Amino acid sequence: MSAPVHQYTLHHPKWYRRRVSVWWWLERRSYARFVLRELTCVFVALFALVTLWEVRAVVQGPEAHARFLTWLRSPFFLGFHAVALLAVLFHSITWFNLAPKAMVVRLKGKRMPDALVAGANYAAFALLSAAVAFLLLRR
Amino acid sequence: MARSLTPLLWLLFSVGGTVAALLFPVHVVLLGLAFPLGWLAAPSQEALHALIRHPLTRIYLFVFVSLPLFHWAHRFRYTLYDGLQLKHLTQLIAVICYGTALLGAAVAAYTLVTMS
Repeated sequence: MSAPVHQYTLHHPKWYRRRVSVWWWLERRSYARFVLRELTCVFVALFALVTLWEVRAVVQGPEAHARFLTWLRSPFFLGFHAVALLAVLFHSITWFNLAPKAMVVRLKGKRMPDALVAGANYAAFALLSAAVAFLLLRR
Repeated sequence: MARSLTPLLWLLFSVGGTVAALLFPVHVVLLGLAFPLGWLAAPSQEALHALIRHPLTRIYLFVFVSLPLFHWAHRFRYTLYDGLQLKHLTQLIAVICYGTALLGAAVAAYTLVTMS
C-alpha cells in the first residue's frame, strides 16, 4: 500500500451550495414575517418623503398647501396611508420588542428585565404620540 | 463600501429606526388619515406655517425626515441582498440606497434652512 499523496490545490475547492429560490422567504411563515418586517422600511422612507413634500407645500403658501391636501384626499394616498399605518405599526412593535435584545441595559451590574426595557419604549411612544397630537390639534 | 463607514451606517440605521418607531404612527394617523378624511379638524396652513417656523420644529423635522431615510437605506440594502440574492450588485445597491437618503436629507436641510 503506497502512502496517499497529498497535493495542495492553489484555489479553494468550490463549495457545494444548494440553489435557493428567490422566493425562499415564502417557504415559512417566520421567513415571510422577517421579510415583511424588513420591508416596512419602504413605507418609512415614503412617509418621510411625503412629510418633506408637505413641509415644502406649507412653506410655499396656501395654494400649494391646498393642492397638497387635495392629493392627500385622493383614494391613492388614502390607500397608501392605510397600508403605511399598518407597516409603521408593525415596525414600531417589532422594534420595541427587539430593543431589550439589541441594547442590554444594566443597573448596578444587574441586567434590567426585557419587559421593562420594552415597556419604557412603549411609554415613550405613548408620550411622544400624545405630544405630537397635542401640538397638531390644539386650538 | 469602506469598512470604517459600517459602524456609522449601522448607527444611523438604529437611530433612524427608533425615530420612525416612536413618531411615525401618530403622524401617519393624523396627517395621512384623520385630517384628509375629516375625522379631526386639520390645522390651517397658517397654523402649520407658524409651527414649522419655530427653530425646534425645524430641527425636529430634519431629524424626522433624514434619519429614517438612512434607516431605510441600510435595511433595504440588506433586504435586496438577501431577498433577491443580488450580492453581485453590492456596490451599485449601496450607492443608490445611501445616495437617495443623502439626497433626501440634503433637500430637507435646504428646505428647513432657507424657508421663510
